[in-house]
Amino acid sequence: MTTHLKDRVEFHSAKPEGVSVNVPTEDHVRITTPAKVCGMGHRMKRKEDPRFIQGHGRYVDDVKLPDMLYMDIVRSPYAHAKILKIDASEALATPGVIAVITGEDLKKAGNLHFMPTLMSDTQMVLPIEKVVYYAQEVCCVIATERYIAADAIEKVVVDYEPLEPVIDPFKALEDKVIVRDDKETKTNHIWHWEAGDKAATDAVFASAATVVEEQIYLPRIHVSSIETCGMVANYDKVRGHMQIYMTSQAPHAHRTVFALVSGLPEHMIQVISPDIGGGFGGKVPIYPGYVCCAVASLILGKPVKWIEDRSENLQADSFARDYHITARLAADQHGKIIGLQVKTLSDCGAADAAANPSKFPAGLYSICTGSYDMKAAHVTVDGVYTTKPPGGVAYRCSFRVTEAVHMIERMVDVLAHQLGEDPADFRLKNFIRPDQFPYKSPTGWEYDSGNYKAALDLAMTMIDYRALRKEQLEKRARGELMGIGISSFTEVVGAGPSKDYDILGIKMFDSAEIRIHPTGKAMARFGTKSQGQGHETTYAQIVAEELGLPAADIQVEEGDTDTAPYGLGTYASRSTPTAGAAAAMAARKIKAKAKKIAAYLLEVGEDDLEWNVDSFHVKGSPDKKKSIQEIAFAAYTNHPQGMEAGLEATDYYDPPNLTFPFGSYICVVDLDSGTGEIKIRRFVAVDDCGHIINPMIVEGQIEGGLTMGLAPAMFEEIVYDENGQNLTGTFADYLLPTAVESPKWELGKTITPSPHHPLGAKGVGESPTVGAPPAIANAIVDAMWHLGVRHLDIPVTPQKVWRALRKAGVTD
Amino acid sequence: MSQHEITVTVNGTPRTRKVEARLLLVHFIREDLCLTGTHVGCDTTSCGACTINLDGEAVKSCTVFAVQADGARIDTVEGLADGATLHPLQQGFWEKHGLQCGFCTPGMLMCAKAFLAQNPNPTEDDIRHGISGNLCRCTGYNKIVEAIQFAADKLREPKGT
Repeated sequence: MTTHLKDRVEFHSAKPEGVSVNVPTEDHVRITTPAKVCGMGHRMKRKEDPRFIQGHGRYVDDVKLPDMLYMDIVRSPYAHAKILKIDASEALATPGVIAVITGEDLKKAGNLHFMPTLMSDTQMVLPIEKVVYYAQEVCCVIATERYIAADAIEKVVVDYEPLEPVIDPFKALEDKVIVRDDKETKTNHIWHWEAGDKAATDAVFASAATVVEEQIYLPRIHVSSIETCGMVANYDKVRGHMQIYMTSQAPHAHRTVFALVSGLPEHMIQVISPDIGGGFGGKVPIYPGYVCCAVASLILGKPVKWIEDRSENLQADSFARDYHITARLAADQHGKIIGLQVKTLSDCGAADAAANPSKFPAGLYSICTGSYDMKAAHVTVDGVYTTKPPGGVAYRCSFRVTEAVHMIERMVDVLAHQLGEDPADFRLKNFIRPDQFPYKSPTGWEYDSGNYKAALDLAMTMIDYRALRKEQLEKRARGELMGIGISSFTEVVGAGPSKDYDILGIKMFDSAEIRIHPTGKAMARFGTKSQGQGHETTYAQIVAEELGLPAADIQVEEGDTDTAPYGLGTYASRSTPTAGAAAAMAARKIKAKAKKIAAYLLEVGEDDLEWNVDSFHVKGSPDKKKSIQEIAFAAYTNHPQGMEAGLEATDYYDPPNLTFPFGSYICVVDLDSGTGEIKIRRFVAVDDCGHIINPMIVEGQIEGGLTMGLAPAMFEEIVYDENGQNLTGTFADYLLPTAVESPKWELGKTITPSPHHPLGAKGVGESPTVGAPPAIANAIVDAMWHLGVRHLDIPVTPQKVWRALRKAGVTD
Repeated sequence: MSQHEITVTVNGTPRTRKVEARLLLVHFIREDLCLTGTHVGCDTTSCGACTINLDGEAVKSCTVFAVQADGARIDTVEGLADGATLHPLQQGFWEKHGLQCGFCTPGMLMCAKAFLAQNPNPTEDDIRHGISGNLCRCTGYNKIVEAIQFAADKLREPKGT
């Protein structure tokens, strides 16, 4: 049944308390602690690195348990086919093969052949009637050794009757072939969603002086973390206890899902997410392989390991993007943007298994008015089933923000060119001004703070924008092709306020628990889970900032659901906005108790005390003081009568609003007019993520994110043939940038703190992935605009450029 | 499947094991020798996470059979440090933030070790081409390049007296 979600448009308009209009922008990182404390702003070397550089990281595939069995998966060679028969007799007769599990087996085990998706749809774990995508899991083999399992899957004989595949999402809407005939309503249309005011937008367009329109496709791509997905499930039949090592970005949420689906009591499930080799959204969903592995251990009572191959990972795990967009942008007679209309078709594959908050089937896509002040906007998205792998994960992005940013930044460039205005000047003219914050957008968002002009001004100065435009004119006169592309993006991260944000009903708060030991060392545990972001360092620096304990003395732990406080995990740049805030709040609770203890020890009233870096001292007597370490010792040895012993606190932080990082990127390209070769000459990235916890880590996040933005802009695309076969199922065909393709990024920063985050921080990990693709695409189109080229879909390859040049008669 | 006895000198220690003819060197290192610092990131010799040094050459151990390494010297990330003293490459990666999730790091380190042995005074461009067989999804490579430059400088310093 089609679900209309129009009534959910106004969900994210919570006005944060204590908002001050026009938060001032700073240009220096704030440091308030000495190097020995190493609080916020210090370039602390990462605490997690010694184990990684010495080969002592512990990833899921490194887990080896006694009597462990290995699972491998038989996959479908068809995108759409009836299953007539599965004959596993030869596989089962192979020495070392313990079991073969089919969809029928899962059905008998309690209807486990289907599982719920994060979007409240259903997805096959193992099929019974038919397969609905190429490389779909058909059945799994469990054996005593990895190689025996791999041999045995070749011996399982499956008879298929091929059905017509559904590859084109527009044709899917015709409902001639139904992908999900297991459902009551026989249609491929899943949902319709919209935001903004249609009537107001129509009226604005009717009055417009200029309207531009483009078809923009953001192709299917894949996160391709270098570590694939995997699990070791270890069910102890005697204790009734299930221990799961899993590549999980959200271990607590996954534990709850396992409990709900399997019927095992939640306190008897322990999910351990050990070191994770990159996530980028791909380790948020639960894949069929995980469920099969857990069920195999449950049935056999032995540990079972499943580690997917890269080709399985690329062909069957959740994709990102796959948005077909028609966008129209309107301006008045003064060249002022007045309205945006967007129609979108979302190719969901064979299940709506997107990793979005429950109420947001199109994620946070309605941020699509971006950094620009306009009167009205209306955006629609329709979800459709096709016979492709399900998904819709973020690819290092906060729930469909990349799609929104790419669309608006391309459209702003097209409109600027159409009006004959410089794209930088056009942006400066149309930006939301600093004095308009907190800014209410036409699609219902309340931006917390921003200073878009400051960021673009800095980027233009760094790259000497005006000189580049002059050079471009000179080159053009000589027939040389040079382009300059700008992207002035607004991100929206840190989901999120529990009023609107949940995953399967679980509110999207996050948590921190801090325990100070008697000797002044501390343990801090979190509901998030680092996959390379450096939480062990940044969280320690937050606690150090608040309590004055050296960051080196604070041990950060995440990922074990038996010990960490409940949280929703790490994705969508939410760790700093949520768990980072929780760390500050928990530390402040500890500080409040520490003050009472200090007052007792110094025999003064609490009001007589002042805090300075790491100690309370008596006002006017800086020598009369107690350090946090002395207070910690006293909390266990000499605390006031009537007070509980110990020094610890937990905080579950529910953010009042999301945070809105932003930035301006400028890319300069030179095109070879004969071959279409694209050379990125320079790329300047100015980011504003509010107050910075560790500048080194922030730079690392930005550089990595930029390369992950370059990837879909120029290289990566999951391609299917007309039969639904994946033509890009290995790294030989799906091209990740190497060190040779990745440019030397030039970074700059402005600092406009979030007014509602306890530390003024905003989150940064995904801004560059969101902001980079349109800067690159805009630069390439800018080089060819005078030849009549208005738009090229990403990935913009030399072949696409060469074709456009050929069409323009520049090359032959 | 035929079994063969092989002897390989791993990080300076001779190790003798009986292995299947088809056993991949990376699985021999990870499963038989329990040296799990060497990782598997793909199945097409594309990502380089499994890079080790085989008789001093950087080799992707997912595309070598263990039996082919019989009699050879293998160096893995676990043998890179000199006791408690980190190798200049390890220092460089730590100092310059050359890693995030750490999964590609052992392969990068071993690739860089063999590269610097051949080219002790590389340009930035040399380094980029030298590590172009190793994929990193987290860092964007700049800081890896800086880390290798740091190590190259340090390795060229005259040995302390």
